[in-house]
Amino acid sequence: MAEHREGAGQAGQLSEHGHPAKEIHQLDRVVIRFAGDSGDGMQLTGDRFTSETAQLGNDISTLPNFPAEIRAPAGTLPGVSSFQVAFADYDILTPGDAPNVLVAMNPAALKANIADLPKGGTIIVNTDEFTKRNLVKVGYDANPLEDDSLAGWDVHKVGLTSMTVGALAEHPVSKKDAERAKNMFALGLLSWLYSRPHESTMKFLEKKFAARPELVAANKAAFNAGWNFGETTEGFAVRYEVPPAKMAPGNYRNITGNTALALGLVAAGVKAQLPVLLGAYPITPASDILHELSKHKKLGVTTVQAEDEIAAIGVALGAAYGGALAITTTSGPGVALKGETISLAVALELPLVIVDVQRAGPSTGLPTKTEQADLNMALFGRHGEAPVAVVAAQSPVDCFHAAIEACRIALKYRTPVILLSDGYVANGSEPWLLPEISELPDLRVEYATGPNGDDGKFYPYLRDPETMARPWAVPGTPGLEHRIGGLEKADKTGDISYDPANHDFMVRTRAARIEAIDVPDIAVEDPSGEAKVLVLGWGSTYGPIGAASRALRQRGVNVAQAHLRHLSPLPKNLGEVLAAYDKVVIPEMNLGQLAHVIRARYLIDVVGYNQVRGLPFTSTQLETMLEEVIKNV
Amino acid sequence: MSNAVPVQLSAKDFKSDQEVRWCPGCGDYAILAAMQTFLPELGIPRERTVFVSGIGCSSRFPYYLNTYGMHSIHGRAPAIATGLSVSRPDLTVWVVTGDGDALSIGGNHLIHALRRNVNIKILLFNNKIYGLTKGQYSPTSEIGKVTKSTPTGSSDAPFNPISLALGAEASFVARTIDSDRKHLQSVLRQAAEHQGSAFVEIYQNCNIFNDGAFEVLKDPETRDAYLIRLEHGQPITFGKDDSHVVTHPAGSFGLAVGEAGKVDASEVLTHDAHAEDPAYAFALSRLAGPDLRHTPVGVFRSVRRPSYDELVRNQLDAAKAKAGEPEADLAALLNSGDTWTIL
Repeated sequence: MAEHREGAGQAGQLSEHGHPAKEIHQLDRVVIRFAGDSGDGMQLTGDRFTSETAQLGNDISTLPNFPAEIRAPAGTLPGVSSFQVAFADYDILTPGDAPNVLVAMNPAALKANIADLPKGGTIIVNTDEFTKRNLVKVGYDANPLEDDSLAGWDVHKVGLTSMTVGALAEHPVSKKDAERAKNMFALGLLSWLYSRPHESTMKFLEKKFAARPELVAANKAAFNAGWNFGETTEGFAVRYEVPPAKMAPGNYRNITGNTALALGLVAAGVKAQLPVLLGAYPITPASDILHELSKHKKLGVTTVQAEDEIAAIGVALGAAYGGALAITTTSGPGVALKGETISLAVALELPLVIVDVQRAGPSTGLPTKTEQADLNMALFGRHGEAPVAVVAAQSPVDCFHAAIEACRIALKYRTPVILLSDGYVANGSEPWLLPEISELPDLRVEYATGPNGDDGKFYPYLRDPETMARPWAVPGTPGLEHRIGGLEKADKTGDISYDPANHDFMVRTRAARIEAIDVPDIAVEDPSGEAKVLVLGWGSTYGPIGAASRALRQRGVNVAQAHLRHLSPLPKNLGEVLAAYDKVVIPEMNLGQLAHVIRARYLIDVVGYNQVRGLPFTSTQLETMLEEVIKNV
Repeated sequence: MSNAVPVQLSAKDFKSDQEVRWCPGCGDYAILAAMQTFLPELGIPRERTVFVSGIGCSSRFPYYLNTYGMHSIHGRAPAIATGLSVSRPDLTVWVVTGDGDALSIGGNHLIHALRRNVNIKILLFNNKIYGLTKGQYSPTSEIGKVTKSTPTGSSDAPFNPISLALGAEASFVARTIDSDRKHLQSVLRQAAEHQGSAFVEIYQNCNIFNDGAFEVLKDPETRDAYLIRLEHGQPITFGKDDSHVVTHPAGSFGLAVGEAGKVDASEVLTHDAHAEDPAYAFALSRLAGPDLRHTPVGVFRSVRRPSYDELVRNQLDAAKAKAGEPEADLAALLNSGDTWTIL
């Protein structure tokens, strides 16, 4: 891929600081990875750089990667936290397979990340942390900055800590606070190097440290020191520009999947004209949705932090019974605990959205790492025949729209809906072209207000002929008093029924009404119309699959791509689409769960491509794999 | 609440069309009848009353009342009722549960509902046995209880439900007995009037698997010596002609029972259900022995503290006071933070 399309620089001009302005090279795409100790503020640094970059109009994609421990022992390999940001002058789909630039705040960060940096890449390293003790801690026998082990890379040795402390000598802050500002020094340097605007970071610092003005001043000074260092040092001969991408006109903001998902739920409440109630128990990587929703009481959102996962969905189900747009958010271990209540919601036929931000399992697994291995649980993980609708989000921004779609199905069809996100899209971010509220779907539904039977009586399980949904008769409605429960119900009346024929009928009806949900046909991207191989995906693999498909087509290799938003029910045209290709390939971050479903349902011998490393696929590995499959067709 | 005029209803209005399917002679019948005749007193329209239950014999209760009702899953009724109550302050929400449902599988939800002081009324039918699963010991069965699952006697120490509720910060805690309709209804009335969580333990006879568990409290021959009726503001006395009294001996954490004639009247404890310190109600809850001798019934504790519903509602109302048109507020929310425009 042509990552370094270098353009003419503008040499010879004077900068605002009076130094000879350095040569500027233009690039079309850059991938930077900030890596340091968990306490070094790398997530924040990456976040700020991303925000500056977004404001410049580049397309961006980010990948935070952090340990489950809040503070693993300082300076150790398990304590390394990193944030990768890709930005380009064109539309990008992934945070990049490999960085071009690695910022390593200590020996552990260098050691943990160097293997991912292709030879020729740039390393900016904090020399102050390369003490004998820190080197020994991560198993370096010799200082890699002093031997030739980094010979293949462009290494910039910078005393980030000492220069920050030096720059803040006149500031009334402790040595510890001065040292902690080293991430702002690094951010300033990188912002200079890639010609990023710094206003938003200044504003951010003012807000973050509003209560401590001395820290605002110190962090700003550290940022400026980093910027000026870049400008004056001879170590950096050129600086770079990545021009804005050609993006659709409109207002944008950068957004993570978890925030987008939360805002989608808020938007669904507004468009349904219903109060939103979230029942949740904190769990990585879903807690940020709870945090975000707890801010939006003004828009009618109530959040209940329950005593456990089971109570969280219980609270939500109680609110659904009372007429709210009810949500519970969790990750895989939580869904396992909620299974019995989801089953009850299936029997009660009430609207309920269960958000599963998937993480690597089984058990506690890798709580901060991504995986797609909860698909089977979402589709089948309940006792009895308990079908639900399943929707998956494919990118950070798409989490917003997927949330609205999950709410639409839940409300219209009066059913639990499982919305699958994962750690990759939840924590990753990208620019979001902000939608017009009027263009979002109208989600209004009617509560029952009176009897629905021809005989003037109320039948809680008499169905709407179009949606097969039963009436939503909320407590407080006079004349519709009725009892519901987990025991099997007689068709129409909802009375307890142990009749064998009725049970058979109700089980089939519950399955049929999920199958009858109106979901859009799946679209196929096959520009040549001559592809013989279709790559089918779901959820967060959209980015790497899309990037791999584009790369193949750029080289003249034909490949068709289709991506599933709805996993239950599957789109009506899916069988036809699959049958039109010689081979169907399904990459998944699990051991073949969608492939299993597709094989069973359509009797097609799909090719699975599976990886469970806690990290997303790289587009390069998918490109190589797909090319191999295509060659052999 | 908006309805100024209480509705005139009768017990008949609260009977559903479902056939009651408890075993003949079950104590649940008496509780159901007491509830059906009591509910009209509240003047609350049927549609604004909701019964939520879990699983167990007692949990069939909602089916037999012509109000809104949900028969949910084992142990989870307090959680479901919390969601309903907090989102619908216009409703009166009752939870019907049993000793297994509330104290075993649902113990966590019970204590957290009580600690939050959710505005729900929890009726725990305690028969000290698992009835619906046909006779295993429960978390209130005594040590040594011989049941189907403990043929050589149970090794499990029981909970004292009143002590547990008090430990969970319950603001209203009471105990009554299935067969004493007058007392039962008086406790229900006070529970219904309480703002916040009300916890009512109802001793209920399972005549199939644990018959006579509370007989000493009912039998005219024994009950006077066993039962202590608590009345707020009244000296705590019991026995034939108030032969016995409850005292608080100096230097003791607990309470004691003495003969009326041998104790100075000034030492007789006067029941104070509104005492802020729960230690008093807790001491009362420890008065009864394993043989049920000196079992207090009535309201142990009734104090006012803000309910979870109120606190949540106050925050919502404060936020909503600043709200504009919802779609405009939503647009402002989506457009907040660092935004940029591409022309």
